[in-house]
Amino acid sequence: MVKAFRIGPALAALLVTSGAFAASSVELEPAGNDPDNINSLQRGARNFMNYCAGCHSAKYVRFNTLGRDLNLSEDQLIENLMFNAEKTFETIQATMPLDQAARWFGQPPPDLSLMARARGTDYVFNFLKGFYIDPDSPTGVDNRVLEGTSMPHVLWELQGYQTAEFSTDENGTRHFEQFEQLTPGSMSAEEFDEFARDTVNFLEYISEPIRSERRVLGVWVLMFLVFFWILASMLKKQIWKDVT
Amino acid sequence: MARIESEVGTRGSAFMKWVDDRFPFTETMKYHITEYYASKNFNWWYIFGVLAMVVLVIQLLTGIFLTMNYKPAAVDAFASVEYIMRDVEWGWLIRYMHSTGASFFFIVVYLHMFRAMLYGSYQKPRELIWLIGMLIFFVLMAEGFAGYLLPWGQMSYWGAQVIISLFGAIPFVGEALVEWIRGDYAISDITLNRFFAFHVILLPLILIALVFLHIVALHHVGSNNPDGVDIKKNKGPDGVPLDGVAFHPYHTTKDLVGIIVFLMIFSSVVFFAPDMGGYFLEHANFEPANTMATPEHIAPVWYYTPYYAILRAVPDKFWGFVLFGLSVVLPVFLPWLDRSRVKSIRYRGWMYKSALGIFIVSFVMLGWLGVQPAEGVYVMLARIFSILYFAFFIFMPYYTTIDKTKPVPDRVVYHG
Repeated sequence: MVKAFRIGPALAALLVTSGAFAASSVELEPAGNDPDNINSLQRGARNFMNYCAGCHSAKYVRFNTLGRDLNLSEDQLIENLMFNAEKTFETIQATMPLDQAARWFGQPPPDLSLMARARGTDYVFNFLKGFYIDPDSPTGVDNRVLEGTSMPHVLWELQGYQTAEFSTDENGTRHFEQFEQLTPGSMSAEEFDEFARDTVNFLEYISEPIRSERRVLGVWVLMFLVFFWILASMLKKQIWKDVT
Repeated sequence: MARIESEVGTRGSAFMKWVDDRFPFTETMKYHITEYYASKNFNWWYIFGVLAMVVLVIQLLTGIFLTMNYKPAAVDAFASVEYIMRDVEWGWLIRYMHSTGASFFFIVVYLHMFRAMLYGSYQKPRELIWLIGMLIFFVLMAEGFAGYLLPWGQMSYWGAQVIISLFGAIPFVGEALVEWIRGDYAISDITLNRFFAFHVILLPLILIALVFLHIVALHHVGSNNPDGVDIKKNKGPDGVPLDGVAFHPYHTTKDLVGIIVFLMIFSSVVFFAPDMGGYFLEHANFEPANTMATPEHIAPVWYYTPYYAILRAVPDKFWGFVLFGLSVVLPVFLPWLDRSRVKSIRYRGWMYKSALGIFIVSFVMLGWLGVQPAEGVYVMLARIFSILYFAFFIFMPYYTTIDKTKPVPDRVVYHG
């Protein structure tokens, strides 16, 4: 353990990982979500609580914050979103116990409060759409953007199952070519895209709930500064009048 | 009515006399503010000193409020930052001002230093101002580094891991030194606690003391100007430099305009792009520190990347560390490396102008290369620009001696 912290390996890891960074950048389809679209965020909240929150927490996100920002009344929150919470000030906790989850999956499902901000919305969008059949994997599936993920294909009922085609270049590196639909889900490809987009939108919103408010406030701050700047410029001109 | 006013006036001045007999209040105000004369022909390059003061105040004030809710413990730190961002009233604004302020501190300080290089402000008799300024820069680097560990994100942890382990390259004492800095065999809760102590007490105290000395030294010799002319050589019958105007109200009202323009740019980042595309707040730092998994791509924050690029450009770890240290320290010697007879770029020859141009391009390119992966053409570019960076300093005594300079006027150039 101590050895691992010596400079050599640290630097080597750095050079290798930074090299890998360029190589591993998978081509991502843009998510195209809009965090100012409240309807989309409401649908995303529904998707999240129904399909994600069983295993994933969003432990920094309070229900009453969702109510305030997504125009939901307390009754609507309790009826539609708070399946395992009593009070609206509570945060979103996973239904599944985390210590058991770690035993089942090898590691606990990560908290999703900041996932969209850490990895980017495009990444999450492509991750949600990226599960494909892999008979060698314990879950039966792998993911295009996160190879070897321990997450099962939770959305299979909606998306159906797909297979992935890869090509291998002269360096032996695998490149993703395309997906092929194996079994249909309950949603069409377009409907599933919308589902994933709404969910990503919600994830982006919870990663920074203050986002839209700060942008509105920023306009006022800049308008004040412009006004202040005019006054200050006039004052400066007046004071410097006699300097020749 | 008039009688009362004069009585108040008398009482007021009696009070000031009482104070001045015991403390040099009026004298100090005159010396530093109302009768401190600086050249009337300052251009906008001269705004960055006062802007550095503005950012320092922003950092101190927002820092105080952040410490009210931040918890310097490995298990709590990340969550406490999110608590500030989501649950503390206006916490998000305080935090974004502080994180944006960190980057802007370096932006204004780099531009402030570049101003000194443009107009030879480090030359005699201002060597000590420059030296104190360089000390401020070093303390600022340490302050930024200690502060970056506090959010306890992935980049906080692994960035600190890489940078602290650099000291391991020092022969014999390296490993022990690394352990001494961390206070542990790895970066841990103990490291976080001491970095918090450095960041909020030790380094800010030193910083404030050095800034005070920087200004005392400046006001003792007087400010330089874009012509590099000594304004004290031409004084009026009242002893006031003919080309100087009082700091207050002249420079204060002018600075106010600049400060507002700065605040517009600053606010634009705070309110519309606090991440600045991952440069001011790195994406990976939104994941809590994980001792078992390195982030995909470890890079220091942008303000260290020019030096970091030099470190990576050297194939040998010990010499990499030496050149890295040297690249940070070399500007200290500018007052003695520069042999030019003139201060300002306006009267220098083509040699210094070209050298400074190449230097700035190298510095910016190294900064960009520091965030790129160290592979292929990037390594070669980093080596070329590292050589150019050092060449600027090494050959300076030579090219500044033989460079053809233009005659310097007696008075500053002022167009009103």
